[in-house]
Amino acid sequence: MKTYQDILNELLETIRPLAPNADSLTEDTELMGNLGLDSMKVMNLLQEVEDHFDVSIPINVLPDVRTVGDLARKIHEILGER
Amino acid sequence: MKLLEKFQALGQARDQLKNLGVDPFNVVVEKILSPTEAIVNGHRVILAGTNNYLGLTFHPECIAAAEKALREEGCGTTGSRMANGNYADHLALEREFAEFYRKPYSVVFSTGYLANLALLSTLPGADDVILLDADCHASIYDGCKMSPAEVIRFRHNDVDDLAKRLRRLKDRAQRTLVVVEGLYSMLGDTAPLKAIAEIKDEYGACLMVDEAHSLGVLGESGRGLAEAEGVEALVDFTVGTFSKSLGAIGGYCVSPHRELDILRYTARPYIFTASSSPAQIASTRVALRLLRDGGELRRRLWSNAERFHQGLSSLGCQLGPQMSPVIPILLSESREDSLLVWHELLQNGVYVNLVMPPATPDHRCLLRCSMSAAHTPEQIDQLLETCAKVFAAHGLVSH
Repeated sequence: MKTYQDILNELLETIRPLAPNADSLTEDTELMGNLGLDSMKVMNLLQEVEDHFDVSIPINVLPDVRTVGDLARKIHEILGER
Repeated sequence: MKLLEKFQALGQARDQLKNLGVDPFNVVVEKILSPTEAIVNGHRVILAGTNNYLGLTFHPECIAAAEKALREEGCGTTGSRMANGNYADHLALEREFAEFYRKPYSVVFSTGYLANLALLSTLPGADDVILLDADCHASIYDGCKMSPAEVIRFRHNDVDDLAKRLRRLKDRAQRTLVVVEGLYSMLGDTAPLKAIAEIKDEYGACLMVDEAHSLGVLGESGRGLAEAEGVEALVDFTVGTFSKSLGAIGGYCVSPHRELDILRYTARPYIFTASSSPAQIASTRVALRLLRDGGELRRRLWSNAERFHQGLSSLGCQLGPQMSPVIPILLSESREDSLLVWHELLQNGVYVNLVMPPATPDHRCLLRCSMSAAHTPEQIDQLLETCAKVFAAHGLVSH
């Protein structure tokens, strides 16, 4: 099973080409605040991420997902439940 | 931050509209003249954005029934059905919906919004999943917020994405409620319902279809998209509203499942609100009969939609993906330009809806038009003439 770090690394690679302000992309980068994405683009980005990891991220957990690290932790949690 | 400070940004945005003298979200209908004409903000306009698909709001039989109920049963029920009791007409309307849809169970709600809240807040429990089309109406999203279930979106009208997400759920797919709409209210496109129904059946999920904009519009008898696609037997819950084709206010759900009837004892949006007024129920009963027998109304509606769609298309307007009585005209990303276009249309006698992101499917603003069976060909030609003039002045179409 993938570790949190594996997921984070893959996530950073997935997000990098999709985000205009991705040069300084880290675990602490905020999806809405720092990436230069509006809410609609974040939803599109999430769909790319879901396809990459073959998971569905419920929209009712999104209020708890602020940073790239939060998203990696959530994907790690979902993959662990399988 | 103090309690009310969060409203400052919204207040400033509203003030900007006020200063421009253009507020499309707060127009005043000074006098309603007919299903297709009114005086709005001082201008006599043709109404082309009111969802009055069959034009029944002024039907003499609907008005006569409402007047009779008003005199005999009073202005309101002053409470909920659980506390104050079921009026005979509420039960009669439920029977008529059940007969119309050929389903054994039917419940009437005070609004279409409440029907969605009631179903979605109650049917899926904590271990269940709601899988909804991303373009679903706000009432569906709000119902999801009230539910303890896991809520997952699939790409709009994308059957492969739906199938992928059902596959990912494994055994939980059988505990999933798939939610789609018949006719989507912003772009006027329909769901690929046959494919969706077959996939939900393959995975053993349940299917809820909101036919708010397709009731009276689609299907031989006007039952909506499921009838038109021949998949009514695969739909578990059909939800709809009285406030479009039926010309009143209220909501309903019909189902082959007995559990719908049990919802009366547990769905808070059904229990804790006043029931519809007798006049609303009476006019809706008549309107439902007119809708059922309304083949000619539907033919006129679609003929009008085609005339308007074709005219706009000839002008060079960018329209939605599918021709239907909901016709979106796609504008630019500029809110200011779009406001001016909308305002000039109003000043020149055309009332349509202005929709801005994030309520639109992409970053563009759009003018949402809805056709009615009550529009005359001359009114549609007048709408097109005004659109041509205003759009050309704003560089949206060539002169």
